Amino acid sequence: MKIADICFSYGEKIILNHFSLELPDEGITALAGPSGCGKTTLLRILGGLETPRSGMLDTPPAHRTAFLFQENRLLPGFPAAEQIRLVLPRGDDPLPWLEAVGLSEEAKTLPGELSGGMQRRVALARCLANGRDTDLFLLDEPFTGIDPGPARSLMDFLRSLNVPALCTAHDAETLELADRIIRLEGPPFAPTATPQSPHSVPPGT
Amino acid sequence: MKPALKNRITKSALPAVFWLAVWQGAAAWVDQELLIPSPLAVLRQLGELAALPLFWRSAGFSLLRIFCGALGGTALGILCAVLTNRSLWADRLLSPALRVIRATPVASFIILILLWFPTGRVPGIISGLMVLPVIWESVGAGIRNTPPELLEMSRAYHFGHRKPIRSIYIPAIRPHFASGVCNAIGLAWKSGVAAEVLCLPKASIGTQIYYSKIYLETPSLFAWTLVVILLSLLLEKLIRRILGVKGGDAA
Repeated sequence: MKIADICFSYGEKIILNHFSLELPDEGITALAGPSGCGKTTLLRILGGLETPRSGMLDTPPAHRTAFLFQENRLLPGFPAAEQIRLVLPRGDDPLPWLEAVGLSEEAKTLPGELSGGMQRRVALARCLANGRDTDLFLLDEPFTGIDPGPARSLMDFLRSLNVPALCTAHDAETLELADRIIRLEGPPFAPTATPQSPHSVPPGT
Repeated sequence: MKPALKNRITKSALPAVFWLAVWQGAAAWVDQELLIPSPLAVLRQLGELAALPLFWRSAGFSLLRIFCGALGGTALGILCAVLTNRSLWADRLLSPALRVIRATPVASFIILILLWFPTGRVPGIISGLMVLPVIWESVGAGIRNTPPELLEMSRAYHFGHRKPIRSIYIPAIRPHFASGVCNAIGLAWKSGVAAEVLCLPKASIGTQIYYSKIYLETPSLFAWTLVVILLSLLLEKLIRRILGVKGGDAA
């Protein structure tokens, strides 16, 4: 997947200014950068939730993405299993997805009765279930509120799905779990961002 | 005494006892049954009325007329709310008409509808007309307050057309709708009985209230009014139960 010369702004505020990026077609890539620099906007453009003012989005034909929002966006009156059932084809069992995020015991629990980290895991399970046949996972701060141990297990599960993923993160733990990091300055972003290894020193430090 | 029982007595029984005492005091002070009958006289009259088949027929038919009218008004109100929130043109066309209905005095409608429809149909139509703008407004508020982030999520996760209605719109609209319905039920009874008083259908509470006025039977007027209040409260309680709304706080 490639984006070239993208421009995007919210009103007068320029977020992306002639920005280009080529995404690796395998593994987990972390998008790093200071808060408010536009990482979420970039993810939303890649997920088709925002339309850039100009530029080009080069995707393979019938390209499908699965998006995890920064907020959990769980449905208040629906137990954990029902949240996932809504994105599955009729008759599919949501339990394996809950097991994958370590919440099989909470299938009947309402979001309001779950801790923040558990809610995040339900949201992640729903995104992964929705992305059964996706070409790219777009995960906005996927491990917010989740301890490093479970976050590592979740990252391993994500890797086992063998689908490329792009996730935003600003905590060192998540960045270390990724296969590569793209560091962004901004806004507006520098014209081109290049991937680095997770252990390389970011520019300017 | 258990705290729940104590709470119930403080919240419901004590105010009722207070107002009954005020009523009894006023009746004793005026000392004219024609002007203010005592609570006991009204209760006695209610007992006498309840023994007559006409009482049950009148109450039953009034309940049926007003309930059917309110149901029709509710269905139409929901439809109008969906249309005016989905289409700019529907909003431009329907919203002014609904505001006119809301502002028009009920007596004008009763007389007008009486010219167009048979007497027995008027109370139901009037109840429906009074309920319509209340439901339109409350359901419309629910639609407008549906969380946009959940709607965006439903689009991103390919929910289709039906799932967002069941999982996002209905839960968001339900408290607004419940509040609207509870307000509308009172309006439906008031306007429906007023229409009955003016149209005098064969078996109806309104007709009995009219006769009470003609024959200066004030205890009977009070008794029939009590029946309207009780039926209205009963219907409201039933609707609250169906919609899963607790106590007096609909929203």
